[in-house]
Amino acid sequence: MTSSDAVGKQLTAKDFSTGQDARWCPGCGDHAILNGMRNLLPTLGIPRENFVVVSGIGCSSRLPYYLETYGIHSIHGRAPSIATGISINRPDLSVWVMTGDGDSLSIGGNHLIHALRRNVNLKIVMFNNQIYGLTKGQFSPATKPGTVTPSSPFGSLDHSFNPAALALGAEATFLARTVDTDRKHMLEILAAAHAHDGSALVEIRQNCPTFNVAPRDEAAASATEPTAADGPIRLEAGQPILFGADSQWAILRDPETGDLKFGRSTEKGIVIHDPRSTSPTYAYALARIADTHPELAPIGVYRAVERPSFDKQYQERLTTARAGGRGDLQELLTGEDSWTVPAGRA
Amino acid sequence: MTTELFEQPESRVRRLKGVVIRFAGDSGDGMQLTGDRFGAQAAEAGNDVATLPDFPAEIRAPAGTVGGVSSYQLHVADHDITTPGDQPDVLVAMNPAALKATLKDLRPGGVLIVDSGAFNVRSLEKAGYDSDPLTDGSLGNYIVHAVDLTGLAVGATDGLGLKRKDAARTKNMFALGLVSWMFNQGTDSTVAYLEKRFAKKPPEILAGNLAALKAGVNYGDTTEAFAVSYEVKPAALPPGTYRHMRGNKAIAFGLVAAAHQAGMPLFLGAYPITPATDVLHELSKLTSHDVRHFQAEDEIAAIGAAIGGSFAGMLGVTVTSGPGMALKSEAIGLAISLELPLVIVNVQRGGPSTGLPTKTEQSDLLQALYGRHGEAPLPVLAAQSPADCFDAAFEAAQIALERRTPVILLSDSYIANGSEPWKVPAVEELPELGIEFATAPNAVGKDGKPAFHPYARDPRTLARPLAIPGTPGLEHRIGGLEKADGSGELSHDADNHDLMVRTRQNKVDGVKVPKLEVDDPSGAPGFGARVLVVGWGSTYGPIGAACRLVRDQGLAIAQAHLRYLNPLPANLAAVLSSYDTVLVPEMNLGQLSGLLRMQCGVETVGYTQTRGLPFRAVELAAVFTRLVHGADLGDTEITSEDIKAAGGASTLGISELGRSELGSDSEAGK
Repeated sequence: MTSSDAVGKQLTAKDFSTGQDARWCPGCGDHAILNGMRNLLPTLGIPRENFVVVSGIGCSSRLPYYLETYGIHSIHGRAPSIATGISINRPDLSVWVMTGDGDSLSIGGNHLIHALRRNVNLKIVMFNNQIYGLTKGQFSPATKPGTVTPSSPFGSLDHSFNPAALALGAEATFLARTVDTDRKHMLEILAAAHAHDGSALVEIRQNCPTFNVAPRDEAAASATEPTAADGPIRLEAGQPILFGADSQWAILRDPETGDLKFGRSTEKGIVIHDPRSTSPTYAYALARIADTHPELAPIGVYRAVERPSFDKQYQERLTTARAGGRGDLQELLTGEDSWTVPAGRA
Repeated sequence: MTTELFEQPESRVRRLKGVVIRFAGDSGDGMQLTGDRFGAQAAEAGNDVATLPDFPAEIRAPAGTVGGVSSYQLHVADHDITTPGDQPDVLVAMNPAALKATLKDLRPGGVLIVDSGAFNVRSLEKAGYDSDPLTDGSLGNYIVHAVDLTGLAVGATDGLGLKRKDAARTKNMFALGLVSWMFNQGTDSTVAYLEKRFAKKPPEILAGNLAALKAGVNYGDTTEAFAVSYEVKPAALPPGTYRHMRGNKAIAFGLVAAAHQAGMPLFLGAYPITPATDVLHELSKLTSHDVRHFQAEDEIAAIGAAIGGSFAGMLGVTVTSGPGMALKSEAIGLAISLELPLVIVNVQRGGPSTGLPTKTEQSDLLQALYGRHGEAPLPVLAAQSPADCFDAAFEAAQIALERRTPVILLSDSYIANGSEPWKVPAVEELPELGIEFATAPNAVGKDGKPAFHPYARDPRTLARPLAIPGTPGLEHRIGGLEKADGSGELSHDADNHDLMVRTRQNKVDGVKVPKLEVDDPSGAPGFGARVLVVGWGSTYGPIGAACRLVRDQGLAIAQAHLRYLNPLPANLAAVLSSYDTVLVPEMNLGQLSGLLRMQCGVETVGYTQTRGLPFRAVELAAVFTRLVHGADLGDTEITSEDIKAAGGASTLGISELGRSELGSDSEAGK
């Protein structure tokens, strides 16, 4: 039996649809992400049966049900651990994790940082709408402080996580950010994540049309600085970081401190974007822009560096520690210190 | 008592039926190694051996304090034994703290070997002694050998280039040599062991340890202090190949054997926790047997990875202890819903919370049975002895694979660290456990095309088909949300949920559980003894030993032991109701006892204890005797009179040794 009736022909987005109706609110960016995944996967040159998509709990985590691959809809926050068990044992599979900001930054924070630290070959897609949607609008670890929600009627006290900064702190080898409204950009980023050998975290910024419409179109922070209309900043490897309608703005490096700052594109010291920079400091400085200027938060690949994936090392260990194939079980059980009780002795 | 146990009364070598020895010292003194080696030597000589290591939860408690005492007790016999013994006949105490902590256990009249070199004002003070027990006459009831173990060991290593501290550390090998001589035990296997263990250390370390070991043997042989040595003949074990086996290692081996017989890689997801960690250690060494292991960031990730491994076609395993089980419970529920094979090993320890990490208890039974959200049934098995851990682990995997369900295997600290001779099974006689993974559609979809229904079932086992990723055309999604029977589509249909809940229950209830056998030499259930003792898990040994003591008095008592806690054997209620009294001894407050009342509708009598240590056989025998005589356990304490009446203070040959037999050196303080 082969891939249903798609033998010999190029699979299409339709082949990755399970035929189930997606149960997300109208206008939710999840539809766009699902659509992006359906369009991306057939282009990657991998048989459909070799995709596994694992998710936790939340609106984002319903996605595997709608994608015609192998999949597990698991428990809150634990998808990276389940996906790790699959990925390290089966290097022939392409393993994806679908998660939300609540799922992966709160209850699943531990598993996320350790998957990134180990560099497990997982493609982790974090849907960041900065709110708990499925449980109806409570603040998440990514929600802006002071936000009024059903569980924070007087405004939330929590300082919010910057997912990109968190991932860099965990030594992520690939980190990118995109937005659900820019289909082309999202597809490019997801394809780049797929091409990365090791763990890849893609943060997709989105609105929750029902509970949180702010994240994608914040108001301007200050009239003397770039405004919301100038964002988001687009990162392209090897290119100077310019932005604004007429590329009138730029990101500059302060020669004194090495910090990044905004300036005019006519000034000196414009940063050339280098996601392969071995030091995470640069990518971290980029990530921090979202804290003060969320409306400008750069999209693109922040960091893509090479470090041996856990999967590869794990498979190598299996080979090198297995001298001459599968050991003899009888030999193992009998050991070197056994003795024999002859028949008839009493 | 008589002397008929001694075959050669005139000889310097006295034959014993069995002996209980305990080595006790500071937690850095190497007592676990010493005891383990003595047990291995005895086992290799053909004795039956049962062991009880006991150590503090701290890596290194303050040196020389009672809280830092580490000990290792062994029972060595010429016959089939089931426990490490109630009371040592021989106690080796390496310092005052060890003496203080363990002397109360030494049988009156027993042999006490102390390292006199470790008895000084400071160490006596640290141990809380007002006066030196070696000179104050308080050891009058024992045969005392005060030997300067440290000094003699240092002397033996003189000239080998050892630092003073390293030289002193060989005192445990000196003690082992001395006790080996005392029991006519060869030390060849220990020499081989030391050569291997110290192969990568500076050569003087090995030389020093060997010298101390040999010096200990020679000291026994040449000194006038020891007039007699003892011998325990080999036990009449069934013919076969044996090796000395610890419970945790046996669990690892059982799981490896099951994966081998299933033709699947074994994948362990684990997080270190006492006393289960040794299973992780054992399995992590076995890469060459297609064992993969992953040390996760926490208990939840450990089982998560194991679930992922199972989905990917491995035999998924996770091992933990009580607190870890609590963390895993949500994921266990997921595995039940996913209906994936998974073995969950819980090596129980004292609870609740951190409790007694290094001490034993069997108080997670109800957690294993019920500690989850929703109707979440799964098979539960318990291992009964160190060697039995192999079979129990193998069976747990067998059920998991056959039924596509997580299975909980309960062990506990006592059998995990204890050891006994294990009859090595022949691999070709182990059953095949292979799963036939699905390779083709098994249904027709709504669109009329071939489809894969992940929750279609084998009517015989109710097991669902497993299609592993990479199998073309069988792509499917599973999860914790309720699924439609058969197709596995999401379903919130009321009747479907009811059907799925009942189906999962029926699947577990349908596990083939052998009929419960009763051990009663006096007759079949209803025709023999009137008192039945029912146990589960590691109490098997002490209950069995106690039953022997009771039977030795000419009384009838029946024993039954449960391997399967869920489902219970079908004949259980019938068996229980054919006795007047059903006694359930447990190292908890009566969890099985209550379960039997609920499941079988019979009255039970509980006898419970949570001391962090296994039951003592004589104590149980006293309880059993009282019940056999028709008395109520009531509120009366079991007294030493009861214990005496039930079989005396010791079960073993050495109890016949009198003070006089060891000569005049027995006086303390010499």
